[in-house]
Amino acid sequence: MSDHIRLRKGLSIPLEGEAQTHITKRISPDKIAIKPTDFKALNAKLLVKEGDLVKAGSPIFTDKTRPYINYCSPVSGKVSEIYRGEKRKLLEIRIDADQTIDYLQITTPNFRTATKQELIDTLLESGLWAAIRQRPYGIAPNKDIDPKAIFISGFDSAPLAPDLDYALKADIDQIQIGVDILSKLTAGGVHIGLHATNFASSPFHRLEKVITHTFDGVHPAGNVGVQIHHVSPVNKGEVVWTLDMYTVAAIGRLFTKGIYDVKKVIAVTGPRAHKPSYIECVPGINISAISEYVNLKGDKNTNEHPLSVRYISGNVLTGDNVGKDGYLGFFHNQITLINEGNYHEMLGWIKPFRMKKFSISRSYFSWLFPGKRYSLDTNLNGGERAFVMTGVYEKVLPMDIYPLYLFKAILAEDIDKMEAMGIYEVVEEDFALCEFVCPSKTDIQEIISKGINLMIKEMS
Amino acid sequence: MKAIRKILDNIKPTFSKGGKLSFLHSSFDAFETFLFVPDTVTHKGAHIRDSIDLKRTMTMVIIALMPALLFGMWNTGYQHNLSVGANLEFWPTFFYGFFKVLPIVIVSYAVGLGIEFAAAQIRGHEVNEGYLVTGMLIPLIMPVDLPLWMLALSVAFAVIIGKEVFGGTGMNIWNPALLARAFAFFAYPSFMSGDKVWIAGLSKGEGVIDGFSGATPLANAQAGLDIPSFNDMFLGIIPGSIGETSTLAILIGAALLLFTGIASWKIMFSVFAGGLLTGLLLNALAPEGSYMAVPAWNHLVMGGFAFGAVFMATDPVTGSQTERGKWYYGALIGVMAVIIRVFNPGYPEGMMLSILLLNTFAPLIDYMVVQGGIKRRLKRAVIK
Repeated sequence: MSDHIRLRKGLSIPLEGEAQTHITKRISPDKIAIKPTDFKALNAKLLVKEGDLVKAGSPIFTDKTRPYINYCSPVSGKVSEIYRGEKRKLLEIRIDADQTIDYLQITTPNFRTATKQELIDTLLESGLWAAIRQRPYGIAPNKDIDPKAIFISGFDSAPLAPDLDYALKADIDQIQIGVDILSKLTAGGVHIGLHATNFASSPFHRLEKVITHTFDGVHPAGNVGVQIHHVSPVNKGEVVWTLDMYTVAAIGRLFTKGIYDVKKVIAVTGPRAHKPSYIECVPGINISAISEYVNLKGDKNTNEHPLSVRYISGNVLTGDNVGKDGYLGFFHNQITLINEGNYHEMLGWIKPFRMKKFSISRSYFSWLFPGKRYSLDTNLNGGERAFVMTGVYEKVLPMDIYPLYLFKAILAEDIDKMEAMGIYEVVEEDFALCEFVCPSKTDIQEIISKGINLMIKEMS
Repeated sequence: MKAIRKILDNIKPTFSKGGKLSFLHSSFDAFETFLFVPDTVTHKGAHIRDSIDLKRTMTMVIIALMPALLFGMWNTGYQHNLSVGANLEFWPTFFYGFFKVLPIVIVSYAVGLGIEFAAAQIRGHEVNEGYLVTGMLIPLIMPVDLPLWMLALSVAFAVIIGKEVFGGTGMNIWNPALLARAFAFFAYPSFMSGDKVWIAGLSKGEGVIDGFSGATPLANAQAGLDIPSFNDMFLGIIPGSIGETSTLAILIGAALLLFTGIASWKIMFSVFAGGLLTGLLLNALAPEGSYMAVPAWNHLVMGGFAFGAVFMATDPVTGSQTERGKWYYGALIGVMAVIIRVFNPGYPEGMMLSILLLNTFAPLIDYMVVQGGIKRRLKRAVIK
């Protein structure tokens, strides 16, 4: 069973530094960090202290409001530091990892015969529950609410995103088992979105017990939120679950091997990446583990110094700026290295030709070079302004949502309006392209985040 | 370039917080960001951003206004020379108009930008680029013989009451340029509505050759007199406000705006369509020789119709903000403009009032479109 959905809106940002499809490094980390900030609306309660020995799969912290959700360590080792920020906010739990990972054995039921409740209990105990996100809000789901359906995006359309077909081709059997388990947890079926151009060659196309949808279009066609919107939109009171393919594979491994194994193949990409390619690692590795991929000879700034590098955990639209000693985020499947844009450009805003700049506006000439790839940097390319231009966001948002009116509702903190405008259907990443194209340089993802947090607060 | 950068870096602390001249921070910032794209980097959200900003957007509109401005300068000279029976050679004609129009542009920018800078300073904001466009639009929709002090007052009214009291660029309800025009029109009606103000020197009674009236085609149409040929009106060799006469020059600007996607083609198209259809309807009902009988297509090239459709109605701040709403908004502007022209006994032009009226109703149009969207969302299909 499959259907085809064509999306006409969106934008593919032609960034340099796409990963070559081979694995150039298998990282067994010496230190990792688990970051409570990777999980939205989480009020973390620590379960370990500095010096504790943990195994892979040991709970590190839990959610104060929902203590049944465990957040576990991906490696075994010693808790070296509890790192806090302002107001003692818990930022990182750093762990010195063992040479070989020692897994906590979890007794799992036979997934073919287990009841729904047994499956849920196993997921909760193992820590993989935390990797499932529900829509609305993009938070870990509530264990007592059955999802209307489960959605998994089979491709990532973000700039320089890893090719999931390649990164997960070795895990396809585990993914099938993961799907088998998930299909028992919902009445609405497990829905997989594949890209229309190569769905037939995708290993995910051969998965059973799924409902496949093919999507034709550029980013954000791979965003699971966009796919849900076109398959079965989330209305008030409804909950769907979303997972990424990596999590589905980890669920498969949990039920076959009885361990919390979240190892994954991710892409190191970007214009400042030396040999953009794939690496095998676990979530939370230190970015210094990929230091040999950083190209230190970048473009020059006005003072003839090479521009410094921004280390992004995730993609350029939604990732986190973690710095060269930061840690990979839990949900991030790529590392992107780009130029910092802290340079002045004389009269740049009026220059007719700026060949190194990319724009969707035809006031530049990048539309003449459709195949060209750019080394885009972090310069804001202008100043923050009041909202002026209209019709810009709509070009890159393939959802039946009035983005501007949603933002206004959020800024006005009008709960009813936010509801009516579609806050239940969206998370920050769906508006990342709106933020990219905004000529007024508005931080739109921050607005959406504010709206979601407000909804969580008001509706709980 | 490096030298300028160095000077700026040297004096920057003086204007920054804690510096001696920190109260002038906004002005310094305006000049610095004019010279250099700032070195600000992204802190939140998307790490890379599109290269388009409001400065470039606004500059495109100003470039799009250049054909109308240049033609307006020539036409100012041409109409003047026609009225006094002087030589009509190209360059002297153009330069006569150039020196007539230039002071108007300068006064418009000086007064408007002065207020903008002051307002930004008081609020501690960055100076917005919005007035760069407004400041060019205002001279183009004023009659050339308007005294500069009236212009200055109109600009001050439009910027302060029309824009700054609402919070500045992006917050205003009405198009500031049209408000300036409306102010001049309602404050000095006897001056603005005669036949003489459209030709340079005419209101001062400079020698007029016999048989030259100076009346605009609109005035003639209302009076039931002959109007110039469609071609003359399309090319713009007619009396009128400085930049509004040549539909051809305006369409060149429109092409740039549409190509760069800065102005909405939906609004532009629907204004023309609304005006044309209303004109055709009136033609069908019209008694012989009345204003109603003026051929519909002539409405599109007379007066400020084309200029309003291309540069005023498409203002994203005061126009409709939903894509569907833009169709209604544009069409209603076209319809109202022709209706006001034809059925209003006092004044032959309707574009200004029509756009201001629809500016007022644009939020209502958007409201209805958005409500429609909400209803549609509620009725959506559930899982198959």
